[in-house]
Amino acid sequence: MFHWVMDANAELDAALSARLAVDLDASFEALVQAHVDRLFSIALRILGDRGDAEEAAQDALVRAYGALEGYEPARVRELRLRPWLTTIVVNVCRNRMRVKRVRTTELGFDPGAEPLVDPVARRDAREAWAALLMTLPASQRIAIVLRHVDGLSYQEMSAALDKPEGTLKAQVHRGLAALRHALADEGHDHREMTA
Amino acid sequence: MTRLHASPAAGVGSATDRTGLAAIEAALATLAEPAPPRLGHATLVAVGLADDYAEIATPLGALRVAWNGRGVSAVDGSVDDRTFERAFFARTGRHAERVGALPPRLGRAIERRLAGDRRNRIPLDLRGSTEFEQAVWLKALEIPRGEVRPYGWIAAEIGRPRAVRAVGTALGHNPIPLIVPCHRVVRTDGHIGQYSLGGPDNKRTILAAEGADPDVLEGLARAGIRYIGSDTTHIFCLPTCHDARRVTPAHEVRFPSSRAAFEAGYRPCKHCRPIGAAGALGAA
Repeated sequence: MFHWVMDANAELDAALSARLAVDLDASFEALVQAHVDRLFSIALRILGDRGDAEEAAQDALVRAYGALEGYEPARVRELRLRPWLTTIVVNVCRNRMRVKRVRTTELGFDPGAEPLVDPVARRDAREAWAALLMTLPASQRIAIVLRHVDGLSYQEMSAALDKPEGTLKAQVHRGLAALRHALADEGHDHREMTA
Repeated sequence: MTRLHASPAAGVGSATDRTGLAAIEAALATLAEPAPPRLGHATLVAVGLADDYAEIATPLGALRVAWNGRGVSAVDGSVDDRTFERAFFARTGRHAERVGALPPRLGRAIERRLAGDRRNRIPLDLRGSTEFEQAVWLKALEIPRGEVRPYGWIAAEIGRPRAVRAVGTALGHNPIPLIVPCHRVVRTDGHIGQYSLGGPDNKRTILAAEGADPDVLEGLARAGIRYIGSDTTHIFCLPTCHDARRVTPAHEVRFPSSRAAFEAGYRPCKHCRPIGAAGALGAA
């Protein structure tokens, strides 16, 4: 197979995997730098809490280090880091949700602020969206976060979650539909409240 | 009242006119955000590729303690943080970052250990040192608070009876003084000897704080006394052994050498092992 287009991220990761295979301790910091933001974002939007997300992202990276320590260099070289690290952080998040019931937030927010150029308003709107995400069932939320917050391809998601692409597409679709409904209801509520 | 905007980043539309999936997707794409700045460093600390440090109070004043996920990596008395960070990087190749305090459990364990309570395990990160150095440091860890041992004792105990000078060098390179109590190792002739953490005066201070009076020790050394025996048990000890300290003056017998003790029919103490585990402490 000839790949006409190779994702820039995948290319960087392939180079990183090669370095990790040669010298884990000298290259692990580069892995952290390349992936810490996305692992934090994924955990933040799955768990809905910053403190939990920090711990989950760190836990995932520590587990990754432990796994890399035990792998043969050949295996490390072949690793596709983006989906692989995603698998780890999602598992860490699932475990945390099992232990600590994640609050499914009620939609009691006021997304507020008319002019959205106002940075405060923009932040409030993001918080509102984040809260809305937390109302989704975990499997839909995870699929949506990976697809639309992290921007993974369905192929990468399939590798990360070990599920067929079709299943994941359906989960994302159902999740987006649920968000749209919630949004419409919200609009409706507000109309009633302000009528 | 306003409604949730479907596209907050774009700053256009509202729930009623822009509930399309594309707008929702665009809003979701704004939810990624950078990790807190310390997360990356904290992760490297957790796996032992970087270190944190903070100050603790000791009988020698405030000292820096550095640690990572593998254990305590340094106890340091440098004049300032920069000097310490540079020396730490030169030794380990890792960056140390100052933080407010030690992790509570580690802090408590160190505090108790310095107060003489040895029940708390303190993990040590000794990467980068030789097997010989580690053997010397781990042996020093066996010396109880309030007691001292000669360099030759360490050498004999680790099965390298002739490596007395190398033992001294290894103790001088101890990266974790106080916790690894190299201050409890003194010259084979009984004099206090050198100390890596600020010189002999600090060594006297810390030994005195632990109840091993350096003046008494050096007094014995000057008088040529190496061992103390009991004429009731016919056992001889190093002078600071807790067994030796229980001998009443009326029953105390002093020996200038192990040979003298043996000739008098005494056997070595099993606790302080005055001639080392191998029983081969050369000249002394």
